[in-house]
Amino acid sequence: MPTLVRSKPRGSAPAPARARSRSTIVVPGNEGVKVVRACTIRKPAAELCSFWRRFENLAQIIEHPVTIVAHSETESRWSVSAPGKNRAEWSATIINDKPNELIAWRSLEGADVPNAGSVRFEAAPGDEGTEVTVSFEYNPPGGKLGAFLSKMTGEEAGQQVTEALRRFKALMEAGEIPTTEGQPVGEPQRSKMKKKGGKP
Amino acid sequence: MKAVCWMGKKKMEVQRVDDPTILNPRDCIVKITSTAICGSDLHLYDGYVPTMEKGDILGHEFMGEVVEVGPKVERLKIGDRVVVPFTIACGGCSHCRRQEWSCCDNTNPNAWIAEKMLGYSGAGIYGYSHMMGGYAGGQAQYARVPFADVGPIKIESDLPDEKVLFLSDIFPTGYMAAENCEIQPGRSVVAVWGCGPVGQFAIRSAFLLGAAKVIAIDREPERLRMAESAGAITVNDEEGDVSERVRWLTGGRGPDAAIDAVGMEAHGSAYDAVKQTLKLEQDRAFVLRQAMRSVRKAGNLSVPGVYSGFVDKVPMGAVMNKAVTMKTGQTHMQKYMRPLLKLIEDRKIDPSFVITHRVPLSKAPKAYEMFAEKKKGCIKVVLDPAA
Ligand SMILES: NC(=O)c1ccc[n+]([C@@H]2O[C@H](COP(=O)([O-])OP(=O)(O)OC[C@H]3O[C@@H](n4cnc5c(N)ncnc54)[C@H](O)[C@@H]3O)[C@@H](O)[C@H]2O)c1
Ligand SMILES: [Zn+2]
Ligand SMILES: [Zn+2]
Repeated sequence: MPTLVRSKPRGSAPAPARARSRSTIVVPGNEGVKVVRACTIRKPAAELCSFWRRFENLAQIIEHPVTIVAHSETESRWSVSAPGKNRAEWSATIINDKPNELIAWRSLEGADVPNAGSVRFEAAPGDEGTEVTVSFEYNPPGGKLGAFLSKMTGEEAGQQVTEALRRFKALMEAGEIPTTEGQPVGEPQRSKMKKKGGKP
Repeated sequence: MKAVCWMGKKKMEVQRVDDPTILNPRDCIVKITSTAICGSDLHLYDGYVPTMEKGDILGHEFMGEVVEVGPKVERLKIGDRVVVPFTIACGGCSHCRRQEWSCCDNTNPNAWIAEKMLGYSGAGIYGYSHMMGGYAGGQAQYARVPFADVGPIKIESDLPDEKVLFLSDIFPTGYMAAENCEIQPGRSVVAVWGCGPVGQFAIRSAFLLGAAKVIAIDREPERLRMAESAGAITVNDEEGDVSERVRWLTGGRGPDAAIDAVGMEAHGSAYDAVKQTLKLEQDRAFVLRQAMRSVRKAGNLSVPGVYSGFVDKVPMGAVMNKAVTMKTGQTHMQKYMRPLLKLIEDRKIDPSFVITHRVPLSKAPKAYEMFAEKKKGCIKVVLDPAA
């Protein structure tokens, strides 16, 4: 069974992208790394959904350096840096798009890292805002890149998604993502930073 | 600029570091005119707070003049005189909207560390470990202040620094500790463990809120005297069983509310001291246990004292069977700064009473030692960044 977009235990499941033929299997069952993470954001679903719908925006909230270029209303090209001079690239297409409720996507054939995901927006109780739930899964390829990506266990991939959601929430609620990068610091940290060429 | 840096257990150092710059659109830069050392800093000094790194800039009680503002700052402008609260809050999350400012969701860049240790992360705090955000602190000549429109409070009168500086932490902290006691004016009896600066403000705040009687517990004679001058009945914890004396001082009922203004470095228990040294226990809960046992049935236990990890042998039976309510937390600063400034302006309180030492910033390491060891009657140190 291909598992593209997994439904949450409660509520209606997102309509699967129709019956899938073999060629649409992105991440074969039991092989991929799968994570589900959620956060609550004190903004209306419409605002959150429209940010997410423009995939290039996601580069702001993904901690790992990534370039996302939109090619059309539904297709985007992703390029993620990996250790050494490696890059992992793929094209993604939106396979389900329910305004203010759900966006689901998957990578197209030829992806370095086959992956699929969805983000769901549901009203939170009271005036808490919107519950945002991301499901994401990917299939580590072979080779060097695969070895690196396999090291990212489900927990680490989960942490990446958690951090992306945290930054999304901060950007939406506070208008900026908190940071201390570039602030003054004493020795010995200061020299270490300077050596690395980075900012503290 | 000059800044006080943490260099390890009992090792503070004044270093020359870069001046801070605006990093985010809602930041401002404050040129610091007064800054203080807090009892919370002693937990860092003594090495009990995890995730500190050598070279971290300390300090979270500071005020000064705005010298630079980020492009999205609307309320503050260059030249404004401000007191900065020690917790950093965004103003937009659910917690901020509910006045639970120290629980802000969006100001700890290292929230994942705090989540690992605490389940969920609170607000970022200046100069208080990487788990609490890793923000450079205010025992320095300048500080970068994020969310400048949400935190700092403008001082428009000509009140001197010493009267408003403690709006940055200990006055609101003592006040919230007293408020958490749910004092009934003219009726409530409050027992306060610890007569450090936080205890002193808790005692005075309890009276401001109408407490009928306040019992103050400590062993330092100057601190007990300061508590007495506020009208408290004092108990020296070295002179016999504290719980017993508190009981008989309250007609055998026990105090309606107990405040633990001591926290994780309470003295009095060899058991905890050994376990803490061996790292079998992170926090010494001696006072917490005593307060849990002493508070009356259906009473309130208010805990401004800081704990960072696990404690041993909590008498949960006493809490449960006596139906005790416990309230705690880092102070929800932004809720209290304005009303407490009003109290100062109306001369209901002059917070400068607590200052015993004024020291140049360059002498901070010695001042830490003096404050930690309670030498020379030291109760509160204010540092002058210009000197
Ligand atoms: N909740 C907050 O937001 C907040 C803010 C500021 C400070 N704090 C915490 O409040 C606590 C007190 O701060 P402070 O600045 O007054 O510190 P402090 O170290 O100056 O005062 C602590 C006092 O407790 C006394 N003490 C120690 N053991 C005792 C015992 N067994 N019985 C009675 N008294 C005892 C000490 O003699 C000392 O006078 C610290 O834990 C600090 O971290 C919390
Ligand atoms: Zn403090
Ligand atoms: Zn907030």
